[in-house]
Amino acid sequence: MNRYYFTQALQITMPVFFGYTAIGIPFGLTVVNAGYPWWLAPLMSIVMYAGAGQYVAIGLFSAGVSPVAIAVTELFVNVRHVVYGLSLITKFKNVGKWKFFLIFGLTDETYALLTGCTVPEQSEPGTFYGTITLLDYLYWISGSLTGAIAGTLLPFSFEGVDFALTALFAVLLIDQLRATKDMLPCAIGLCVTTAAIVLSKLHVLDARHILLSALSTGIAVLILFRGRNGFSSEKAEESPGSNTKSDLEG
Amino acid sequence: MNFMKLSMAAAFYSSLLAAGVIFSTRVFPFILFSGKDPPAILKFIEKYIPPMVMAILLAYCLKDIHLSSEPYGLPHFAALAGTVLLHLWKKNAMLSIFGGTIFFMIMNRIC
Repeated sequence: MNRYYFTQALQITMPVFFGYTAIGIPFGLTVVNAGYPWWLAPLMSIVMYAGAGQYVAIGLFSAGVSPVAIAVTELFVNVRHVVYGLSLITKFKNVGKWKFFLIFGLTDETYALLTGCTVPEQSEPGTFYGTITLLDYLYWISGSLTGAIAGTLLPFSFEGVDFALTALFAVLLIDQLRATKDMLPCAIGLCVTTAAIVLSKLHVLDARHILLSALSTGIAVLILFRGRNGFSSEKAEESPGSNTKSDLEG
Repeated sequence: MNFMKLSMAAAFYSSLLAAGVIFSTRVFPFILFSGKDPPAILKFIEKYIPPMVMAILLAYCLKDIHLSSEPYGLPHFAALAGTVLLHLWKKNAMLSIFGGTIFFMIMNRIC
C-alpha cells in the first residue's frame, strides 16, 4: 500500500470516518455502562465489525441471553450481508490477497463505498478496495475505543455529525440512479422501508427487524417487476451503469 | 424472573460466536458461487440490488424521526433536500456530504 492509495481512500472514506466515530463512541459508552471492562468494546469491534450487530449483542449480554439465542439473533440482524456479497462476487474476482479481508470487512457503509466508487486507471482493484476497507475498519475500532475510554470527557458536542451517513447514502443513491437511469429499484426500496418503519411505530413489527423485513420484501417486489428482464435477455439489458463492472473484468 | 447479565467470560465467548455468525453471512455467497460460473440471477442482483439497498439504508437512517412532535423532522428533511440539490448541482460527493452535514448540525441546534 502506498501513499497514492492511502490519499484516495482517505478522501473516499471521510464521511464514514464521521459516521463511524459518531456511532462508535456511543457503542463504547454502552459497553462500559453495561458493566463490562473498557477493552470489550474494541475487542467486539475487532472480531465482529458490525455496528447494528454489536449494539444488539451488548443488549443481549446485559439481559443474560443464551449463546444460542445470541447466535440466531445475530444471524437475522446480519443476513443482509449475503445480499451484499452476492452483488460483489464479480468485483472481488481479481483482488488477490485482499479477498479474505474484503469479505470480513463488508459492512453496510463499506459496501456502499465499494459499489459506488470507480477504481482509478492503472490502480490495482484489490489494493484500492482493501485500503478503503482497512480505513473504515480502523475508524470503527478507534471510535468504539474512544467511546469506551474517554467518550464522556470530550470537550465539544458531536451531536448531529452522524447525519454524514444519511448524506452518504443519499449521494450514493443519486450516483446509482445517474448510472442506471432506472427509478424503480429506488422507489421500491423507499416504499418497503417506509412501510416497515410505519409498522414498527404501530408495534406490529419489532424495530430490530426493519432492515431485514425491508430487504426481503424489496427483493420479492423487485423480482415481481424486473424478474423477467433480469433473468432472460441479458445482452439487451446491459445498462450504462455496468461500465465500471466491465472495466474491472477487462 | 431473575435476570443475570452474562459474566465477562460468557460475554467474551459470545462475542467470538457472534463474530463467527457475522463472518459466515459475509463469506457465504463467495464460497457458494465463486468456484462456478455465476448463475443468471447474479446479473439481476448486481444490477438492481445496489440502488434498492441504498434507498433502503437511506430511509432506514430516518427511522427515528418523530413526525408527530416538534420539530417534525424538519432538520433531517431540509438537510436531506439540501444534500440532494447540492449533489445534483455540483456533482461533488465530498462537498454534498459535508455541506449537508454542517447544514443539519446547524438546523438541529436552531430547531
